[in-house]
Parts: sequence; C-alpha cells; structure tokens
Amino acid sequence: MSFLVDSVIMFTSQVLFFGFGWLFFMRQLFKDYEVRRYVVQVVFSVTFAFSCTMFELIIFEILGALSSSSRYFHWKLNLYVILLVLIFVVPFYIGYFVVSNIRLLHRQRLLFACMVWFTFMYFFWKLGDPFPILSPKHGILSIEQLISRVGVIGVTLMALLSGFGAVNCPYTYMSYFLRNVTDSDILALERRLLQTMDMIVSKKKRIAMTRRQMYQRGEDQNKQTGLWGMIKSVTSPQTGSENLSLIQQEVDALEELSRQLFLETVDLQATKERIEYSKTFQGKYFNFLGYFFSIYCVWKIFMATINIVFDRVGKTDPVTRGIEITVNYLGIQFDVKFWSQHISFILVGIIIVTSIRGLLITLTKVQSPQGGTLEIMEWVGKRNAYGPWRTLAKQVKRPLFLFIVVLLRYIKQQIFQRHRACPCSDHGHVLCVIRVADAHEHAAGVPLHRHRGSGRAAV
Amino acid sequence: MASLDRVKVLVLGDSGVGKSSLVHLLCQNQVLGNPSWTVGCSVDVRVQDYKEGTPEEKTYYIELWDVGGSVGSASSIKSTRAVFYNSVNGIILVHDLTNKKSSQNLYRWSLEALNKDSSPTGVIVSNGDYDREQFAENPVPLLLIGTKFDQIPENKRSEVLTRTAFLSEDFNAEEINLMTGFTDRKRFNFKSLHYD
Repeated sequence: MSFLVDSVIMFTSQVLFFGFGWLFFMRQLFKDYEVRRYVVQVVFSVTFAFSCTMFELIIFEILGALSSSSRYFHWKLNLYVILLVLIFVVPFYIGYFVVSNIRLLHRQRLLFACMVWFTFMYFFWKLGDPFPILSPKHGILSIEQLISRVGVIGVTLMALLSGFGAVNCPYTYMSYFLRNVTDSDILALERRLLQTMDMIVSKKKRIAMTRRQMYQRGEDQNKQTGLWGMIKSVTSPQTGSENLSLIQQEVDALEELSRQLFLETVDLQATKERIEYSKTFQGKYFNFLGYFFSIYCVWKIFMATINIVFDRVGKTDPVTRGIEITVNYLGIQFDVKFWSQHISFILVGIIIVTSIRGLLITLTKVQSPQGGTLEIMEWVGKRNAYGPWRTLAKQVKRPLFLFIVVLLRYIKQQIFQRHRACPCSDHGHVLCVIRVADAHEHAAGVPLHRHRGSGRAAV
Repeated sequence: MASLDRVKVLVLGDSGVGKSSLVHLLCQNQVLGNPSWTVGCSVDVRVQDYKEGTPEEKTYYIELWDVGGSVGSASSIKSTRAVFYNSVNGIILVHDLTNKKSSQNLYRWSLEALNKDSSPTGVIVSNGDYDREQFAENPVPLLLIGTKFDQIPENKRSEVLTRTAFLSEDFNAEEINLMTGFTDRKRFNFKSLHYD
C-alpha cells in the first residue's frame, strides 16, 4: 500500500518537473523562435524531470521520507532511464541534427547519424579503459561500466566548470578591471563609425553607377564567356571592370573596419554601463564579494597544490572542521555530528541550486547570440558561418549538451551520497572508483557532504 | 554621379530572417550564395529611376542599411545601433514566414527605429502597448516583407497568408511575398517608396 502511495508521489513530482522544464524551454530559451520539432523539447523536459527526481530522491534518502523499498525501486528506475537517455537518445539526436544540417549527407541522414553514434560509443568506451573498474564479478556490458564512466566524466566537467566560474566571477564583479570610459570617447568612436559607413556608401554608389553605365552601353561583363569572349576582352581592354575590382577591394576593407568599429563601440558602451552599475550600492557589494572570492580562490589553489604535492588527503571537510573549531576554541556546546550533517547538507543544497541557476542563466545567454559574448559573434561573422546553423537544431544542441553536464553532476552527487547510505549492494564496487575521485576532490577543496554513520542501515 | 539624390532605407528584422539576402538580391540582382551573420550594419546601394518613363523621371540612389541583431539585445548593442537610425527616409521590416515570433517582434523593431531616444543610455520610451495612432502621424513609410515562403509545406500556406494579412493591416503598410531562390523578378518594382 505504501509503495503505491510513494509511487504516486514520485510520479506527481516528476510530472511537475517535466512541466517546469517544458515551460523554461518555451519561455526562456526559445523566446524569439518558434519551436517546430517537439521531439527536442520532449527530450529536454524528460532529461530535466529525471535529474530533478534523482535530486529529490537524495533528499528523501537523507530525510528518511517514504519507505526504503519503494525508494530503492524508484532509484533503480531513475538510474536506468537516465542512463538510457544520456547514452543512447541524446547523442543519437545530436548526431542526427548535425548530419541533417550538412547538405551533402542529407539523404542518408539516418545512416550517418548511426555512424556518429557508434563513433561516440567507441570513444566513450575507450575513455573508461584506464579506470580500475573491471572485475570478475561483473561482465563487460554491466551497468557499473556506464555509471562509472559517466560519473568520472561528470566530476571532471563539473570541476572544470566550477574552476572557470570561480575565476570568472571576481573578474566580472570587481571594478578594478574596468577601464575608464567617458561619453566623449564613445561619441568620437561613433563618429568614426558613421564616417566609415559614409565612405562605404559613396564607394558603392560609384560601383553601382559604373555598372549601370556599362550595362547601358552594352558592355555587361557577365556576358563575356567562352573563347570568343576571352579574345574580345584582350583586344578591347575593359578599364571599367579593373576600376570596379579595385574599388570593390577597398569596399571590403572598409566593411571590415566598420565591423571592428561597431564591436569596439558596443564594448565601450557595455563598459560604461558596468561603471555606472558599480557606483550603485549593489555594485559596491559585488565588488566586495569579488575581492573576497579572489582571495578565497588564491588560498584554495595554494592549498590544493600543497595537498597534491605532499600527497595529503584531507579527512574532514571544511564544515565539520569549522564546527570543531568553534566547539573547541569558543566553547560553544552542541551536537557536532547532528549539526555538521545538516549544515553540510544545506550547503550542498545551496551549491546545487546556485549551479543550476548559473547553468540556466548561461543557457539563456548562449541562446541570444548578441546577449552573449560579442567575440563569438565576431568570430562567426568573420568565418562566414552558414546561415542555417542558426536553425532550431543547432540551437537546441547546445542546451541539451549543457544539460548533460547537469545530469552528470547529479549522478556524481548521488553517488557520493550513496557512498554512505547505500542499499544497493551490487553497486558496491563502483564506489571504489568514486573514493579515488573523492580524495582528489578533497584535495581540490570542494566541501563534501559526509554522513557520519547516521544510523541508516543498509537494506 | 554623386550629385544624385539619396534615399536612406533601413532594413530591420530578427536575426536569420533573410535581410542580407534580400538586400543583396535587390542591389546585385543575384541570389546570395553564402549568407553569413551580419555584424553591425552593412550597406548596399541601388540606382533607381523614380517614375520611369514619365516626364518626371528622376534617378535616385537608394541606400539599404541592413542592421543586424535582435530586439532582445543588450542595451549596449541597442544604443550603438541607434547611431544608424538618423535621418531615415523609409523602413523595410522583414519577417520570416516560417517563424511566427519574428513577425511579433516587428512592432518592437519599428518602435526602436522610430522612437529613437537621443539620450546616451539609449533607453526607448514607450509603454509597450500597441498604438496605431503612432503610425498614423508618422512620416516615415513602412514596407513589410515576409520571406521563406517556399519553405512552408503546401497545406499550411493559406493560414500563413491569412496571418500576414492581419499583420499588414496592423501596420497600415504594403505587403509583398518573396520567395528565396527568386525566379519572378517582375514582382519587385520599386516604383515608389511612398504609400498612398
């Protein structure tokens, strides 16, 4: 009976998460673009729903809600579904969309999509070879293989992302890095931009007028084809066309210049806005945070280097140490075990929530190409990116890809949790791998949540 | 040559609707082979005989200023774009027939171009409600163009055309349907940039 109730609860929450993912997709990511292929949206929402469910299961595990047998069942169900989606569905669809965008392969896109998928699987498998996973207890195609690979990739990716975020954050916050930009600078640059545009316009007018005169005189150069045309062009030199090509080259150079000026002006405007923002109260607060975080970053890097060099493995995480210090030095008495667990849990929750929020914000930034970094825009413009790359397929690829990262993160998190209170006996030895990763994470100073024998017996 | 009068026309619309292709087609009489993302603004010029064949025939330079970007851009980009909106004689609004949202954004585009605020922060002052009166007294003529008609499947074409009919009513503007890989050039005739 309780199993039924629990299942109902789980499914309702899953449906809720699904709805939220769907809404987010529609409202935020694709504000300016109408979604036609519902498959992509469904896959996105399903992925989102299942990862949130996993997180929810972890919370339930810690709080002890719902009966443990139903938890176990849902746990396995979730795990299998997510692995299925992650390893089979998503790469296949990404490959399929990429292939559909390439005109040459359009006809046999299913075939090529399968080929892409097999390549992906091959590299995925190869990646896991150096890991000490294989054991006589489990065969090659067991679930442990998949989980371990996914877990390790996830940990690495998350560490990279966190590292990048940690360094980027002080840089964005601190006003020390802002150049001094005045209104007159911007005006001067805008004037240069308009002058360049005027020069381009006048040159193009010359080209258009020359072409028109040539056309009227019947010297339309497009008609000169074949052997007779070549001979004719030698005997009656066409000065018009030579002039034209010269002017055209000048125009190309000027256009490039105008693009650069435009980007510079936008940069200056953005800097000016940042300066104005930094003068506000919020700005000052972020500036202070920036200093704080940069000092913290430097300290962490230093500690991590020392830990790796001297091969030290930290035994306790910062929260517990902090509590121990307060207990020992400040003489405040409270139950260390109980509080450390809950405080760590809350901290981990905060980290997860902020990283999800950061991820979703990054997704929206990536989607609006001009809201994101202009360097990407410039790069793309320079390399003559093919227009249809901006079609639905490509745009969706990116959020899905980033979402995989979140997924991997969740899996990593849940494996860490299961490490302590694990009813899944057959996942036992995957945890050896995770222990190794665990130690390295400690060296890097990531606060780890540790259950301290809270009395949840293995079922 | 440079003594001819000039007419400045802005070409506005969301990213990827086909503004650069349109401008290239109008000015070079060729289809654009490799469309790439427009950074900033690209200008092209067409020499046009106004009222051809009549005694009042006059030749003009039509400058088509193709401004890149989206309505939802950062305010720094918007204020830089505002530099191009000075002394505009006409506006062409381009939307994608396969993408409903691009036509919904057209109103915001026209606001951005017409109500350009000269303050340095580039803030656009409007209460966001649609107001037909704004266009009634507006001296700048508008032309609405829908692109990529051939990419719509056959059965959906009539409903798309109905939707665009409503749209052109809203703007009180003329409407032309353009096909990519353009075969029917006669449909393009810039006889007059003023609507009656």
